[in-house]
Amino acid sequence: EIADPQKTAFVLRKAWTLYSVTPLYCFRRARLSDYARLLSAFIAAEKQKGLAVEVGVELDIKVALSSLADLRGSELDQAALLVQLSSRSRASSKNSEDKLVWSGWFCSVFGDDLSENVPENFTCLPLFLTHGAESYTSLVGSWFQKTFDCCFRRLAISPLNLSWMVAMWAGYKLDRAASAVELVFSMPRLSQPLDISYAIHPEDAKALWDTVQKTPGEITQGEVDVFMDCLYAHFHRHFKIHLSAAKLVKVSTGIASAHCDGIVKILHSQYLPGVLMLLTELAISQIQ
Amino acid sequence: HLAASLPLPSERDHLRPRIDMVVFMIDIKSKYSLKNVETSLAYVDANFFLGKVCFLVTGVGRVNACSIETNAVCKLAETYCSPVLFCELELEGIRAATAQRLLRMLQICAGHIPGISALSFVSLMRSSNVD
Repeated sequence: EIADPQKTAFVLRKAWTLYSVTPLYCFRRARLSDYARLLSAFIAAEKQKGLAVEVGVELDIKVALSSLADLRGSELDQAALLVQLSSRSRASSKNSEDKLVWSGWFCSVFGDDLSENVPENFTCLPLFLTHGAESYTSLVGSWFQKTFDCCFRRLAISPLNLSWMVAMWAGYKLDRAASAVELVFSMPRLSQPLDISYAIHPEDAKALWDTVQKTPGEITQGEVDVFMDCLYAHFHRHFKIHLSAAKLVKVSTGIASAHCDGIVKILHSQYLPGVLMLLTELAISQIQ
Repeated sequence: HLAASLPLPSERDHLRPRIDMVVFMIDIKSKYSLKNVETSLAYVDANFFLGKVCFLVTGVGRVNACSIETNAVCKLAETYCSPVLFCELELEGIRAATAQRLLRMLQICAGHIPGISALSFVSLMRSSNVD
């Protein structure tokens, strides 16, 4: 359960790009302001080298690093680390507000599988989420890699994992009217790309999941398979197309949406820990 | 001889040579291919499962495009007492190596290798998998 919804509001309703990160070596929480200064200098130096992020506009990038104690699963998890890049245009007056141009945060929600096997001096924050220009992500990533000897990899989500997510999220109870449960499939081996979007009324989806799930709070692969098979069978009955032969690329529910390229959007704070726990698990299995 | 599913069309029964081995191909990116194989298995005579059936899982190079759990395939293979081979057809080296393996198995199934029968070969493969 998230203690303070205000602190975690920034997570909601934004498209986050996911990465897995190997443990950070010699990361010291007490030195956050030092790190912010060093990262800021690094970014400025890279811009001097001509690796301009924004062409034309002169921007000073300010870096802020902060710890988010609320974003974790248990006491065994490290508190989340938030990195924010803001800009203040040199042209405008000194009193003008900073504009947030990029944010990224490292977190671990019930990531014991990784942290219990790691030697001292290593900090485990296997999930990295970014929002903003790719060029900034690259800069921040390079600095972390150089400073803490860690490795970033885009976190792809397989159709198998996406179906797990849609089954789980479709089954969650939502108080107010939720948006449709939507699955997007990409048809293989065609000369021109063709996507099929399959939208289901959220109440129907939840009703279907309720008949499938045997033990509340527990989900098995078999139950996910039955749920998906029902959806495929229904679609085939009406359209004579076997969606099971296509690639599931995106799932959307009232709780959250996820794309196979590793992009998620979380819409509901109540289920934030559950979603993050699943993503942490995916990140850890990509690392191991 | 390639077929999209079983049973084979009966019109050509009299023209067909003896079938020595059946390889069921499952594309890890397609749940449909697994369902198709499961349905087709019902049309295979029980005698084939004494070493003349093999499951070939393709597309394993693309971990991020998995639509099937490998456990499900392994369980299926165990149920039908037949070996599973995993391969990636898009990589030439693996494609060639897999073809050679299948050819070798076919030679055994057709009785061309003296001293090894299809049944003894498959029990050899099974005991090495248990390790």
